[in-house]
Amino acid sequence: MSIALEHVNYVYSPGTAYEKQALKDVSFEIEQGQFVGIIGHTGSGKSTLIQHLNGLVKATSGRILYEGQNIYDEGYDMRKLRSQVGLVFQYPEYQLFEADVLSDVCFGPKNQGLSPEECEARAKEALEMVGFPEKYYRQSPFELSGGQKRRAAIAGILAMRPKVLVLDEPTAGLDPKGRDEILDQVEYLHKETGMTVILVSHSMEDIARYVERIIVMNHGEKMLDGSPREVFSHYKELEKVGLAAPQVTYVMHDLKRRGFDVLPDATTIEEAADEIMKSFEKTRSSK
Amino acid sequence: MIRDITIGQYYPAQSRIHRLDPRVKIVCTLLFLVSLFIQNSLLGYVVATVFLGCVIRLSKVPLKFIVKGLKPVVILLLFTVVMNLFLTRGGNTLVHFWIFTITESGLRTSVLMAVRLIYLVMGSSIMTFTTSPNGLTDGMESLLHPLNRLNVPVHEVAMMMSIALRFIPILLEETDKIMKAQMARGADFESGNIIQRAKAMIPILVPLFVSAFRRANDLAMAMESRCYHGGEGRTKMKPLKYKAGDIRAYIFTVLYVVMMFAVGRFVPFRLWIF
Repeated sequence: MSIALEHVNYVYSPGTAYEKQALKDVSFEIEQGQFVGIIGHTGSGKSTLIQHLNGLVKATSGRILYEGQNIYDEGYDMRKLRSQVGLVFQYPEYQLFEADVLSDVCFGPKNQGLSPEECEARAKEALEMVGFPEKYYRQSPFELSGGQKRRAAIAGILAMRPKVLVLDEPTAGLDPKGRDEILDQVEYLHKETGMTVILVSHSMEDIARYVERIIVMNHGEKMLDGSPREVFSHYKELEKVGLAAPQVTYVMHDLKRRGFDVLPDATTIEEAADEIMKSFEKTRSSK
Repeated sequence: MIRDITIGQYYPAQSRIHRLDPRVKIVCTLLFLVSLFIQNSLLGYVVATVFLGCVIRLSKVPLKFIVKGLKPVVILLLFTVVMNLFLTRGGNTLVHFWIFTITESGLRTSVLMAVRLIYLVMGSSIMTFTTSPNGLTDGMESLLHPLNRLNVPVHEVAMMMSIALRFIPILLEETDKIMKAQMARGADFESGNIIQRAKAMIPILVPLFVSAFRRANDLAMAMESRCYHGGEGRTKMKPLKYKAGDIRAYIFTVLYVVMMFAVGRFVPFRLWIF
């Protein structure tokens, strides 16, 4: 139960002036149930990469294995793949089209060939999962606030009950409250259902707080792959490619440099607070 | 996928054709289009082919790219060919089969018509490939300037045109994105009968319209916040000026048109039925 990429290359508009190699020899494997973050600067190939995972973009060369099966094999059921690997695009609210929220969320399950009752049950379940208030179920999706639209759109994917959820910048353009709510709900889903979650983000803080593994993309290549601590310990290299470590990592490195007895690899505020408290305790007991 | 539609796009390159004054390109393209209709002989098409070939070569736009631009007109093309092939009467009958008859003049008309249509599209796409949308509207505006006296809002029309042209690639990209988003939700655009396929377009069209209106609104706001108020008293950063190369291009094109005219009228050259 995993997704594996083997030497995937992708070239945009080959043979024209617009030709561009978007992915270069990318290989990795994601186990079922992992919470993975993908980071990279704009144009590093993140969005192209995740569109490979459900077969929307076909690699120029290389293989993609979902649960051990090559998705480019002849006769492979792409629609089944797409319902198992749910992909939430950037600004997903722009895909809403139905007259009311509930029927919009039903679109996915309907395409899976479920009965209308089953569709509605799934849609309600999905809307509940993302914390969408019930009183708006029958409203037009175009009359909602930005955050609610985003929830409705994410529910549209969740209603298909995917085993893998891929989110491309799910918090772009949301206020801090909306951002935290959406990410907390994604984390809750991950814990409750054991769903694999792949999160593409620009925010190092968000990534450090939620994921257990980070893949760093740079100019179409995989640059780093490891736990947040490992990846963010390379913060100097990350800066060179236009990324950074979470703010708190910098604070910890600064403290260390000024003679405090702390381990500088904390990536979240909680970890950093623990580390600083430990350091205080040590100095107190040694006095 | 949908990004493959190349008609109406700008192809950035450094070439003599790209550097020409947009007015030259507009006028010469019009002359080329007219030239295709003033003659109907094999030799005329040979001359047109040579001319078009030279221009394509000079423009440095890959032929493959231009041919791709023909894709959207394939259906129209097939329709025209089939209609002409079976419905034109005259000359000896070549093939007769049940209710279908192909005559010499039918074959002749359909082949020449197809070539003419292909050259029409190729000729005009060379213009859009080598001229940025801004250049194109600048040229249009300057050419149509005299109409201002007849109270035709030339500037406004030119501005609308340039915006429309500029939005083609944006909306195509948007369509691509929306299609992918709906495909990720299991939408299927490829199978089913015509009615099912038309219904399958709704999830694309509604978001596309919503986004087009949103973009139009944003653009209007951005223009107004930069004090745009139409063409009156507006000056240009780069006023159009003819250079030596532009004059040469005019001469070259006029010579071509004269040749087309002469060849069609005065050189009797026939190959079989053409």
